[in-house]
Amino acid sequence: MSNSAPYTTIIGLEVHVQLMTRTKLFCGCSTKFGGAPNTQVCPTCLGLPGSLPVMNRQAFDLALRAALALECTIAPFTKWDRKNYFYPDLPKGYQISQFDLPFSSDGTLEVVDPKGAFEPRRVGIIRVHLEEDAGKSMHDEAAGTGDTRIDLNRAGTPLCEIVTQPDLRSPQEARAWLNELKLLLVYLGVSDCNMQEGSLRVDANVNLHIPQPDGRIAKTPIVEIKNMNSFRSVERALVYEAARQWEDWQATKAEMGKTPKQTRGWDDPAGITRAQRHKEESSDYRYFPEPDLVPVTVTAEQIASIRNGMGEPPVSLRKTLASKWTISPYDADVLVNQGRELVDYFEDLATRVGEGKVASNWMQQDVLRILNETNGTVAAFPIRPAGLADLIGRVMKGDFDTSRGREIFAEMVTSGRPVDEVVASMGISAVSDDDVIALCRELLAANPKIVADVKSGKEQAAAGLIGQAKKKNPNVNPGKVRATCIDLIRGMD
Amino acid sequence: MQPIEMSAVDLVAALRQGDITAVQCTTAFLDRIEATNGTINAFLAVDRDGALTRAADIDARRKAGKPLGALAGLPVALKDVLCTTDMPTTCASKMLQGFRPPYDADVVARLRNADAVFVGKTNMDEFAMGGSNENSAFGPVRNPWDLSRAPGGSSGGSAACVAGDMAPVAIGSDTGGSIRQPAGLCGITGLKPTYGRVSRRGLVAFASSLDQIGPMARSAADCALIMETIAGHDPGDSTSLAVDVPRYTDLLDKPLAGVRIGRVPEHYAEGLDPEVAKGVDEAFAVLKAAGATVHDVKLPHAKYGIPTYYLIAPCEASSNLARYDGAHYGHRAEPGKGHRAEPSQQADGFESPLVEMYCRSRAEGFGPEVKRRIMLGTYALSAGYYDAYYAKALRVRRLIRQDYLDAFQSVDLIGGPVSATPAFKLGEKTDDPLAMYLVDLYTVGTNLAGVGGISFPCGFTKSGLPIGFQLQAPPLAEPLLLQAADRFQRLTDWHRRRPKTTGEVKA
Repeated sequence: MSNSAPYTTIIGLEVHVQLMTRTKLFCGCSTKFGGAPNTQVCPTCLGLPGSLPVMNRQAFDLALRAALALECTIAPFTKWDRKNYFYPDLPKGYQISQFDLPFSSDGTLEVVDPKGAFEPRRVGIIRVHLEEDAGKSMHDEAAGTGDTRIDLNRAGTPLCEIVTQPDLRSPQEARAWLNELKLLLVYLGVSDCNMQEGSLRVDANVNLHIPQPDGRIAKTPIVEIKNMNSFRSVERALVYEAARQWEDWQATKAEMGKTPKQTRGWDDPAGITRAQRHKEESSDYRYFPEPDLVPVTVTAEQIASIRNGMGEPPVSLRKTLASKWTISPYDADVLVNQGRELVDYFEDLATRVGEGKVASNWMQQDVLRILNETNGTVAAFPIRPAGLADLIGRVMKGDFDTSRGREIFAEMVTSGRPVDEVVASMGISAVSDDDVIALCRELLAANPKIVADVKSGKEQAAAGLIGQAKKKNPNVNPGKVRATCIDLIRGMD
Repeated sequence: MQPIEMSAVDLVAALRQGDITAVQCTTAFLDRIEATNGTINAFLAVDRDGALTRAADIDARRKAGKPLGALAGLPVALKDVLCTTDMPTTCASKMLQGFRPPYDADVVARLRNADAVFVGKTNMDEFAMGGSNENSAFGPVRNPWDLSRAPGGSSGGSAACVAGDMAPVAIGSDTGGSIRQPAGLCGITGLKPTYGRVSRRGLVAFASSLDQIGPMARSAADCALIMETIAGHDPGDSTSLAVDVPRYTDLLDKPLAGVRIGRVPEHYAEGLDPEVAKGVDEAFAVLKAAGATVHDVKLPHAKYGIPTYYLIAPCEASSNLARYDGAHYGHRAEPGKGHRAEPSQQADGFESPLVEMYCRSRAEGFGPEVKRRIMLGTYALSAGYYDAYYAKALRVRRLIRQDYLDAFQSVDLIGGPVSATPAFKLGEKTDDPLAMYLVDLYTVGTNLAGVGGISFPCGFTKSGLPIGFQLQAPPLAEPLLLQAADRFQRLTDWHRRRPKTTGEVKA
């Protein structure tokens, strides 16, 4: 939304993330993605008669870690509730979730745009709770029979639901905040947040606040948007929906509270939201405490132990990197946003190189460029920090100039071989100081006009010698040639 | 003595000593079932081949000197609410007709490991909802003491099969009295253990916070024997108690001297049959003679037991039974006439073919009492009613539990009638659900409080119907319950009497 828009967009998000446990929330079945349908199931997650749930403590601990990182208050006592509704991918006819006593509440996560595209935004977290995922329904439209096939492999996978306050003020902020949330959860090892595999799902609630001539703020009816399968879709859907609500407001002047909350589905190819059937919104879930599970208590010791094992979250890691390696907040942001593995690589490299800024530049201009081009991961990157530090050290020493260094870097990436071997294979050899001096003497003898210009104070005239030097020996460092020539001329008298 | 007349304790000893083989023993009970089940209808499934195969295997292992389980060769009947891999599990419902679970209930696995022999699955009220066994989709059970009368319920088949010598032991489940009340009406002994003492895994849930599995047999000593096998912690049931299991049979010999038994004066209110009252008084006298003392105690909130129970149980049931929707297993209604792809084409106002399938499958699969309780529970949990009904019932439940804990400060056990009348006529209460709900008057408190209770015969009416006596105990005081009941049975012979149709067991 531009500042000139006659309304404020109010956005709250509801995010579901699958936790990275090996097994499901209430049984021992695998949570691995992509298995043949209905092969990762047992009586409990199939909801067979007589089956009972047993809580997976690892899932609870992961959820605690997420809530702590989101600065939530952890309830010392929490319980499970049943959310009752009928659907074929919900085999028990109820979902085990948390209703009135979620294990955590009242947290916050700030998002800052390092380029200042928006003001830093601190987004309140109403609650984080744990629940089980449902299975997947696959509607077989093509067969023409309207059959639906059910895969229950996903049923019972631990799911964290994170509900924000309506604190976001633009689609762009919402997208940036989601990126920050995802980054945090991946850092914590809580979730892989893979939207393609459904490990992260977002619904958004949005409406407009429109100042009226009489000073009153008119609020449009809240719309919940579903079916967004990327953060980009979230942003697009919110942009579309804000515009749609603005048009609707101008036509109808309909305000919040006068119509029931509406649910709209995002149609990505069409780029529009569509109203979903009213029936799906008016459910009474008849929550009540789950009698098959016992309440969970959380002690201060348990919280402390989870905090200790949590690792540094991105928000403080950015500050740590900036001050420890004297790099700009922007640089720290770029590095941290790439994930923990890249930061580890950077710190290893910076330690070896001894200069954070230099290491950061190589990371951003070279390593990241290759990773982006090849869609690769830093774990699989062929040059390890020691090898790259070797190259950077020699560039810093003046053995090669930066562009020559880049050529060597590219060859190291392709061949996976160390600097020395690459240099040898490319016919590059380091040029000794004596060789540089000999070369420069030769050049000065052949270019009396340049020598005279430099003598008269036009040092920039020395640049004319560098192209010639490169022709005679491609391995020379141009800066060194320039400096040596000037020194020699000054020494001539 | 014929095997079918022997107690479980004696049968296990005779089998161990080689006086009788498992095949002989099993055959005797199977023959008895064959001869009488057509009349009594206590069994929904009888596994003659499976039982005899298993018995032969046990005999072979015994002959080979291999180690055997504690109940080796003992025939056991299982209420059809317990999951079994080798027999269907129907809960006496059309909804689960022919359903075969892929796993054994924890109690079933424990009994199997103990080398018990399963003779069959017993009839019950559909999904354990009822007090007369008349809610079975597969016909009512007849009380062996009077074939025109109900055996009680919901474990009516389990009670009747023991009373009718069709099995020495049956496993029942008790949500509001479903073990104790039919035990009382059929003249046998039934124990409802403390909530959590026996794992509920594989017990098809009716009301999860109230359901508990227990033994039904001819005597407290037999119940003690079975408890040693079925009780114990199960990590697969989060509500199962991680407490060691005592040797119940070894604790029976302790004298009753000094044991304080509470008597609740309110139990003698209007509605208690005078013959039952007399039987109960005589039972107190026997216990006194054995050295116990009797004291009046108060359970001030007991009068709210029935309304509290009939909110909590249906609420949980409405959710527990949601899984029977025809989608994955169990009864599914045939699709309606023609395929209707568009909602506008739906008949009878169904919003989609899916909803139509749900509605019709459930309408066809469930009987009227199950539907009544699902509707009661659904209503009570609905937005706007939750606080007035379910939440309030939970608060009253806490008061009832506190009543029991307070009473157990001054007494060790609480005694009284198990039901207000002896066995009633089949059909007598079927048109009056409220009258039927009152058959649980004396039993629901035990479940709401989560404590244990035992029911055993303490006399007979002039017309020859058994009268039941109930003892209730603090959490995990099963040893005392069994000890007191066993002491009573050492001093009386009510539990040895057999229905006329079968002749009396000779002591």
